[in-house]
Amino acid sequence: MPKKLKFDYKGSEFLDKIVKLSGEIITLCDQCGTCSAGCPFVEEMDITPSQIMRKVLIGDMEVMDSQTMWICASCFTCTVRCPRKLDVSKVSEALRQVKLRQAVDKMDISDISAEEAKRLPVIGLVSSFRKLTG
Amino acid sequence: MSVINNKKIKISYFPGCTLKTTAKNLEISAIESAKKLGIEMVELSKWNCCGVVASLTSDDLMKHLAPVRNLIRVQEMQKNKLVDEGENRLLTLCSMCFNTLKLSNKRIHENNEDLISLNNFMYLEEDYEGEVEVIHFFELIKEIGFEKVKEQAKTTLKDLKIAPYYGCMLLRPKEVGLDDAESPNIMENFIESIGGTAIEWEAKSRCCGSYHTVNNKHIVINLAKSIIENARKNGAETIITTCPLCAFNLDSRQKDIIEEFPDFVPMPIFYFSQLMALALGVEEKYFGFDDNYIDPKKILEEKGLLSN
Amino acid sequence: MEKIGVYLCQCGGNISNTIDLQKITDHLKKNNGDELIIKEFSHMCSGAGQKLITDDIKDQKLDRVVIASCSPHFHEKTFKAAMTKGGLNPYVMEIANFREHCSWAHKSQPEIATEKAKDILDASIAKARMDFPLEEKIMPLGDKVLVIGGGVAGIQVSLDLADAGQKVTLVEKLPTIGGKMAVLTKTFPTEDCSACIISPKMAEAQAHKNINLITNAEIENIQGHRLHFEAKIRNKARYIIENLDMDQCLICTKCVQECPVTTNNYWEQGVIDRKAIYIPAVLAIPFKYIIDPDTCLHFKDGSCNICEEVCPQNAIVFDQKDEVVDVAVDTIVVATGFDIFDATEKPVFGYGKFKNVVTALEMERIVDHISEKPAPPRKIGNRIAFVQCVGSRDEQVGREYCSRVCCMYSIKLASLLKQAKPEKDIYIFYTDIRAFGKGYEEYYKRAQKMGIKFIRGKPSHFEENQFSKKVTLTVEDTLSRKIIETDFDLVVLANGLGLSKSTDNIIDFLKLAKSDDGFLKEAHPKYKPVDTLVEGVFIAGAVQGPKDIPDTVTQASAAAARVLATLAQKEFKLDPILAFVNQEKCDGCRLCLDNCPKEAIIMNKNGKAEVNEALCLGCGSCIASCPTEALDLYSYTTAQLYNQIDAILNNKQENETRILIFADDSCTYRLADALGVRKMKYNTDTRIIRFPSSGRITPNLMLYAFKKGADAIMIGDCHKKSLRVPWTSQVALQSIKKTNEKLVEAGVEGDRIIFHEFGAGDLNIFINKVDEISESLKTMDKITSETKEKLCQRN
Repeated sequence: MPKKLKFDYKGSEFLDKIVKLSGEIITLCDQCGTCSAGCPFVEEMDITPSQIMRKVLIGDMEVMDSQTMWICASCFTCTVRCPRKLDVSKVSEALRQVKLRQAVDKMDISDISAEEAKRLPVIGLVSSFRKLTG
Repeated sequence: MSVINNKKIKISYFPGCTLKTTAKNLEISAIESAKKLGIEMVELSKWNCCGVVASLTSDDLMKHLAPVRNLIRVQEMQKNKLVDEGENRLLTLCSMCFNTLKLSNKRIHENNEDLISLNNFMYLEEDYEGEVEVIHFFELIKEIGFEKVKEQAKTTLKDLKIAPYYGCMLLRPKEVGLDDAESPNIMENFIESIGGTAIEWEAKSRCCGSYHTVNNKHIVINLAKSIIENARKNGAETIITTCPLCAFNLDSRQKDIIEEFPDFVPMPIFYFSQLMALALGVEEKYFGFDDNYIDPKKILEEKGLLSN
Repeated sequence: MEKIGVYLCQCGGNISNTIDLQKITDHLKKNNGDELIIKEFSHMCSGAGQKLITDDIKDQKLDRVVIASCSPHFHEKTFKAAMTKGGLNPYVMEIANFREHCSWAHKSQPEIATEKAKDILDASIAKARMDFPLEEKIMPLGDKVLVIGGGVAGIQVSLDLADAGQKVTLVEKLPTIGGKMAVLTKTFPTEDCSACIISPKMAEAQAHKNINLITNAEIENIQGHRLHFEAKIRNKARYIIENLDMDQCLICTKCVQECPVTTNNYWEQGVIDRKAIYIPAVLAIPFKYIIDPDTCLHFKDGSCNICEEVCPQNAIVFDQKDEVVDVAVDTIVVATGFDIFDATEKPVFGYGKFKNVVTALEMERIVDHISEKPAPPRKIGNRIAFVQCVGSRDEQVGREYCSRVCCMYSIKLASLLKQAKPEKDIYIFYTDIRAFGKGYEEYYKRAQKMGIKFIRGKPSHFEENQFSKKVTLTVEDTLSRKIIETDFDLVVLANGLGLSKSTDNIIDFLKLAKSDDGFLKEAHPKYKPVDTLVEGVFIAGAVQGPKDIPDTVTQASAAAARVLATLAQKEFKLDPILAFVNQEKCDGCRLCLDNCPKEAIIMNKNGKAEVNEALCLGCGSCIASCPTEALDLYSYTTAQLYNQIDAILNNKQENETRILIFADDSCTYRLADALGVRKMKYNTDTRIIRFPSSGRITPNLMLYAFKKGADAIMIGDCHKKSLRVPWTSQVALQSIKKTNEKLVEAGVEGDRIIFHEFGAGDLNIFINKVDEISESLKTMDKITSETKEKLCQRN
């Protein structure tokens, strides 16, 4: 059953916070779906990138439970295609940061097997720590 | 040969961490190729991590410290006359380093206040003056002319059908990309200069899955597989890249692809510099083929480009 | 002493509630003699207010009139008429802008506003004392009109004007008129055949006795301005004999049958081929052959002259030359239309690379031929996708605007296709459907009813299947949030509209302005939509912005009406605010000649400069170059400006700061008006002086202002792209440079002169600029009186 969403100040505050953190004026989003259609990761996501934009715009904080922002790897495909020149990857980063700054990490170094750790390039390890841990 | 083509270049060079570890083959083959073209890559003294993956939030100025420190090193290289006079550029090989350094440089360049804050924070360092330009090896080749590479080539990679893989970091976002984000041609031009045949394919700038290779490798397995299959569908015999992370995902991860999809036919992956070294007649010991996962020699031997 | 009537308008409280008019009266009486007749009235613009002026001119024998009221841009005309009625020359009247520049802008600070009002009024009176009568020169007007562009807009304008008896020269670059409309299959929402509507109009335009039709032509140059233009038109050779007595060519088609060259017919959007000798379309007007020298083998290497050989009439002449004709006209209508967005700029859609990705215009021709027997020229499969907003609403390709017609033409093409071939499976991928016109929403609904599927999402990229050549399209259905990846036999791009490239030359010749969307800019978006900022030049159709056919025709008729209204006056009055040369002061140095890009200054037989009044635009940019102050401008004479500067600073107290604003009349002065209208506050240290343009300002005027107590000067002019006279800001910048050098020489510190180009919306920029100056003045020392003495010789 769809839950009713109340439009209250908390939702607006959330939007304002993400706008400030990302530097992107999310209210400009036209919901054309270009970002979702071009996203190479979209099949791994639970909601699409354009949904992320929409949910933030309407102040639906359930967006924080979505996996989409963690799947986004800042490949900037959406960035170069958005007809409104919005940078969805910056919005994803902002959402990740909201979580990470609450000291909730998305990965744990101990999950990486010794064999993998030996194989993996430094650049991969460092970038995953940079994106997925606080 | 024209006068310009004979110009020697001595330029600051930023290797980055991976080129000193798992991607030694990229560095060594590029340095030796560069020498053949009259380019001396002078490694930055006291370089540190590029910052790896550009930080994208508005309040993260401190995350730009690492990249900017490297740019200060370039100023020192100039002052200490270790590079050509007036040479204010920093040469990179790794796409990720290129992207991170260039994005930070751009942010600082556009926001004078940020430059001042960072300079104040790094009070022990000399001030960054904002004049360094970050470039990628491809741009330098383009500048000296693909024609020159062609002239210098000892071996032509005739008949080798190569898929140029740009990935993300060379092209996007647009303001740091080294070519048109949607229809680039610099790698195609490069391939032609070493005598290879560049194939046209859709996945040339599709993301390889990047750092998800660390804790979500099935994403990378799917993407890498789709990229390699797209290359093959379009007639490629190999893919070239310039990013050590892309190289790992496309090359080493083929082990995991095969485990999951036993019918998958492997494809050798090269760093662009390895094929350049081959074309320019660099000594074989500098190719670094031993660091490639899928045997790179087989295809070259088949084509008669490498004696077995 | 000249007698001056000074009228203080209360403006029903708009002025008098803020400005203490009694104090103003007292101030005037204290500082002036009984040459001033001062009166206060509730509404000076009313009949009663005007009567006050006309009566006083007669009864009190006034020589000058000064009215303190609203901005001259509201009632200057009203008061000029009252002056004439009273028997005084309208140019010996000044308006002190009390309302917009003072009582409204500084509403919350009545005392300061009253002080500012004193300065404004004193300056107006000082100027009025030196006003002298000016006569408006009368120039004759003819009945000749040049219409550029032979599309539906140009044809409509030409027919309306020709019917009204004007002599029209209609110039078209292609070999046939008809424009894009003739290429369309049918029109929305009525689905009547486009060719059937436009071809009678085309034929009428060709046959009309008042229309001189020139096709296959290029405008090489246009000179002149203000209702006197001369156009140089290159009528390119068709290589077919034109014989007025007898049509030598009989259109027997022998040449076409024999011509060995086959190439794309651009008129058919490449859907159908043509020969090197051809007529572009069945409905072409004029219906004449033409040889295309770019593809014809004779022109390539001389290897072929088959057509010449087979022509029974000897109508083919390979050595025919282009003809260049000069046409003198009184007005011009620019109707050069649009080009569709070049979809190769959006490489992700593969246009030009993928065989089955076509433009909407190509689709018009495909649909037009769809029922041809035995087979249509282009086969299309069954699954067809229309993709909306290609080169519209896409900032990645620099096009922010909506092209207005694409939703409807896609719906039309889809509907026509579905009706002709019901088996087609048609999808329209859109972001928003904009069905705003009469009958449009209903037409959209009809398409939905037919089973055309509307999917709300913009595809990100296409891929082409190497073998089947089908196009794979990836899109998010943003309503169901499903990512759709599916194959289509044909993808039709709904290309947006942009200004036609061929307009660029015309823009250069006529000095027209573009708006931000790249289309031509109208003189005013609301009440002057078909005028341009250049007198005598009008616009019609898509050249002003994307438009459908009804809007284009409406606008074309509107442009025709505006031309008629202009020409019906039979003569026009030349604004007397023009440059003039004081012959005694002129030493014949010729420096001014280079400073008038209009070449309106000539040397007379006495070896002195003289102004050609028919060419002068009254910008005043020549004056700064004159070393002897011999050049001057009526209504803004150097002596008047000195007086104004003097008076506006005269009441300044030692501890006060003054920022003088030299405001160009078209933009900066009106911007200050707009601030007043919106009651937007700004710094009260400002004093605004009206200038015709920033080019009129000279270093001496600026130095004098500093000498008299100005602390800083802001100079405003229009944005370069919207400037009526585009060089004025260059002159201003040079003057500022010279002034700054003098200031430095005299030991004045800091940047005290700023220049800015203002647009109509730059309200906050104006306020911020003034604040910035005010802030930076706080860090500077005051200019000492000794320094001031060094600045300027004039006292």
